[in-house]
Amino acid sequence: MNAVAPLNLAPLLDVQGVNKSFRKPDGDELVVLENVNLTLRPGEIVGLLGRSGSGKSTLLRSIAGLDPPSGGVVSYMGAPVVAPAAGITMVFQSFALFPWLTVLENVQLGLEALGTPEAEMRVRALKAIDLIGLDGFESAYPRELSGGMRQRVGFARALVVHPNILLMDEPFSALDILTAETLRTDFLELWGEGQLPIKAVLLVTHNIEEAVQMCDRLLIFSTNPGRVVSEIPIDLPQPRHTQDPRFRALIDRVYVEMTARPRGELRTGSKAERFPGTGIGTTLTHVSSTVLTGLIETVNEPPYSGKADLPAIAEEQHLEVDDLFPAAEALQLLRFAEVAGGDMKLTEAGLQFARGDFDERKKLFARHLITYVPLAAHIKRVLDERASHSAPKSRFFDELEDYMAEEAAEQTLRTIISWGRYAEVFAYDDNRQAFSLENPA
Amino acid sequence: MLVDRLPISVLRDRYVPGGWDVLAFILVFAFFLYLAQAAHGLTGSLAGLEATPISLAPSALVGYAARTGLRMLIALVASLVFTFTYATLAAKSRRAEVLLVPLLDFLQSVPILSFSIFMLFFLRLTPGRVAGAEMAAIFLIFTSQAWNMAFSFYHSLRSIPDELIEAARNFQLSPWMRFWRLEVPFAMPPLIWNMMMSMSGGWFFVVASEAISIGSTTVVVPGVGSYIALANEQRNYGAIGWAIAAMFVVILIFDQLLFRPLIASADWFRLEQEAGLTPNRSWALTMMRRSRFLGLIGRAFAAMLRAGMKPRRAPAVPADVRALRHWDARFGDLLWYALLGLIGALALWKMAAFVHGDVPVGEIGHVVVLGFITLLRVAVLIAIASLIWVPIGVWVGMRPQVASIVQPIAQFLAAFPANLFFGFVVSAIVLLKLTPDIWLSPLMILGTQWYILFNVIVGASAISPELRYAGQNLGLSGWLWWRRLALPAVFPFYVTGAITAAGGSWNASIVSEVVSWGRETVTAHGLGAYIHAATDAADFRRVVLGTVILSLFVVTLNRLFWRPLYARAERKFRLS
Repeated sequence: MNAVAPLNLAPLLDVQGVNKSFRKPDGDELVVLENVNLTLRPGEIVGLLGRSGSGKSTLLRSIAGLDPPSGGVVSYMGAPVVAPAAGITMVFQSFALFPWLTVLENVQLGLEALGTPEAEMRVRALKAIDLIGLDGFESAYPRELSGGMRQRVGFARALVVHPNILLMDEPFSALDILTAETLRTDFLELWGEGQLPIKAVLLVTHNIEEAVQMCDRLLIFSTNPGRVVSEIPIDLPQPRHTQDPRFRALIDRVYVEMTARPRGELRTGSKAERFPGTGIGTTLTHVSSTVLTGLIETVNEPPYSGKADLPAIAEEQHLEVDDLFPAAEALQLLRFAEVAGGDMKLTEAGLQFARGDFDERKKLFARHLITYVPLAAHIKRVLDERASHSAPKSRFFDELEDYMAEEAAEQTLRTIISWGRYAEVFAYDDNRQAFSLENPA
Repeated sequence: MLVDRLPISVLRDRYVPGGWDVLAFILVFAFFLYLAQAAHGLTGSLAGLEATPISLAPSALVGYAARTGLRMLIALVASLVFTFTYATLAAKSRRAEVLLVPLLDFLQSVPILSFSIFMLFFLRLTPGRVAGAEMAAIFLIFTSQAWNMAFSFYHSLRSIPDELIEAARNFQLSPWMRFWRLEVPFAMPPLIWNMMMSMSGGWFFVVASEAISIGSTTVVVPGVGSYIALANEQRNYGAIGWAIAAMFVVILIFDQLLFRPLIASADWFRLEQEAGLTPNRSWALTMMRRSRFLGLIGRAFAAMLRAGMKPRRAPAVPADVRALRHWDARFGDLLWYALLGLIGALALWKMAAFVHGDVPVGEIGHVVVLGFITLLRVAVLIAIASLIWVPIGVWVGMRPQVASIVQPIAQFLAAFPANLFFGFVVSAIVLLKLTPDIWLSPLMILGTQWYILFNVIVGASAISPELRYAGQNLGLSGWLWWRRLALPAVFPFYVTGAITAAGGSWNASIVSEVVSWGRETVTAHGLGAYIHAATDAADFRRVVLGTVILSLFVVTLNRLFWRPLYARAERKFRLS
């Protein structure tokens, strides 16, 4: 495809004002996707980049017709998508192969469902297997294959029905770095040569490098609720080299966009979830104290000496967006660091933490936890007030459920338990499912 | 194409018989011969059946064993059909689920004797023919097989990974295709295990299902069970020995020709090959795979299934209709629950009126007391069985060689009907003047204790070598080793086994609280004896009362004791 053609063509897929919300047990609505717009034209690979929980997978499922949106319209070739459509197929994160079917049978599955005659089915399946580099593995069962080969089956199965749109849900994230790289390059090569029987690709990922390497356009998703906060066109010619300065510059730009303060934070809203970090209703992503300590130490040491470029740390520590961003955000919440413009800078307290010994670190962490994390302060206050100095977990769980979904509440409590234990601010007994002030010692 | 119409043996290039084919041919024709012979008796008249009494001659056992085996097979197929429909409906329809799942829980706790009141219905269905009696017997075997299979299938359907379901929808599989391509294969490994358990259950109650008597109506269909019943009546130890031998052979045949191949092929269905697990082998499966003759039959069957998999697109629903549907659904729910409530209240009222007509209110209290006596017996027995089998199970489980020998033996013992021991037990109790309330009790746990052993063996063999090395490295030994390593590691498995054993023991109370040997009958106090006496007297009101109380006991215990314990075991002791 040449560079100008796509703009003149009618979009294959048009997503207009899509909302998705879930009804919570108390009747309130929890918004997962808010007013998402996107178009996909023939010849394009578009990436949806965001943190886990940003709703990008939910959007992909809406587009696939698996989980219809609560509002707005998804239209494919002019018709609304309300059920799985024949021209849209998907490649799954954990492959989703049928373990009791051979490679050939797995690949034939979609054709079989369409009622393709036996002979034609076989010819097409063998061709897809051939194309994707699975020759000789036709009669193997998925469990006999390595992860990379399994995902090749996933690709062949999706391609064999000649879909117009290929949806990819983090297809390389369950693979090791080297295998993922090989699969990506193989895919891009076939795409570049026009050998793939597809017209456009929508890729969901949380790997920034992967997104920049593969996509013609990137949509960046914010969390809570999921919205497209910015769009970055990528016009580097393929094949793209990761050490190319222009490539590095694009990566830096994505980091800057992703660490920018979401505009939504300034808006007024009825619930505390509109103000991340200001109420007990903040969803906390679980990051262990070991990771937090390690990150502070890394940034404190040379060559960074207190201030570091996030892409550089990500590369050096082999951290993906889903590991690095929650950790950086936790440090920001605890006021040990400031994150902006793709950089992370330790605060005075952060530097003090880095210098301190084990006990001093714990004391400092405890002070910051109580001061800056409202939920921790709340739990501590309740425990102090009660004569028994203990309170059931369900008490806080119910409170959190006013603000967030069940899973998020569970995760937030897990995080606060882990931080509280490290700081020795309060104890938690999993058998009794209760918080208390006393420590087993 | 014309060529396809030709008999397969003509097409030489496609069909070349091999060594495995000879064996397959022999077995297939032997099976048809067996079917014909076993089915021969079905069409006769009831009067003819009564005119030819059961014979204790060992030679007669061959025919009896064939008929019992066929009944079990038919009941197993019926259980499968029930499982595929009932459990699928329960798993797919939210509304059906609220009714069907608790109902299944209840049905599982109803003892086989209580179902025998349906015998008269079957007899009336085909007046004067053997078929009615046979149907009654098969129905009773079915009631000791179906419930746990349905539960297992329902549970599997609810735990299919999301991504596989999404893939099935994304690739537009029709419901029929989805059922055979995704749901059945996924549910297969636990279902096969449950089929084996069901088979043992069927054998355990083989006497109760073949020699049925309700008041003055007695129906005896020829089979291993009625043979045992007669041997007990005539105090014939020799015949008991022959019955054991016949049972052993039938169980062995089922094991080799049905369950081994199923287990071995179920390995294909597992999502991941578990490390360190030795693959299951089966000569019969090898035969089926190698034999072209059977292969052709298999392919024909697969083609038949595929014909049903023709695509059917669901009609697209316009977006604006969906909002309306939400309201419809809520209204429908309301209507449905109201209907269920109404039917439930009506049934309760009817039942109370039925029972109350003859049974004084005070007797209900008496029956509850009997329930507690049986409960005490179950609790003590489970405790004793645990003390014995947990250490043995751990010891065996850590030695794969021993485990592979012990498991089939325990499986055989689980199928052993309690009735086979009546002679010894009654003689001992009468001779030594023992208290029946204590000494009849072991019969109750005879068939069910093995589930504790099975599960502990599985649990112990799942302890990772690393954990065991760590234990050695830290010098754990003696009681400390048990307390800190072995017992916590097998605990979740033990709980699963104990739940099965306890549930089974309640059901077994009906054959273990009243025991006869010749004219000598020994009775213990308990709910099982109460139901037994009520069926003997054809007192349907008391059968219903006893059954309801027994079910209440079992269901309440499951909810209040076993479920929390199981949840705790899952949370605390499972690694990962």
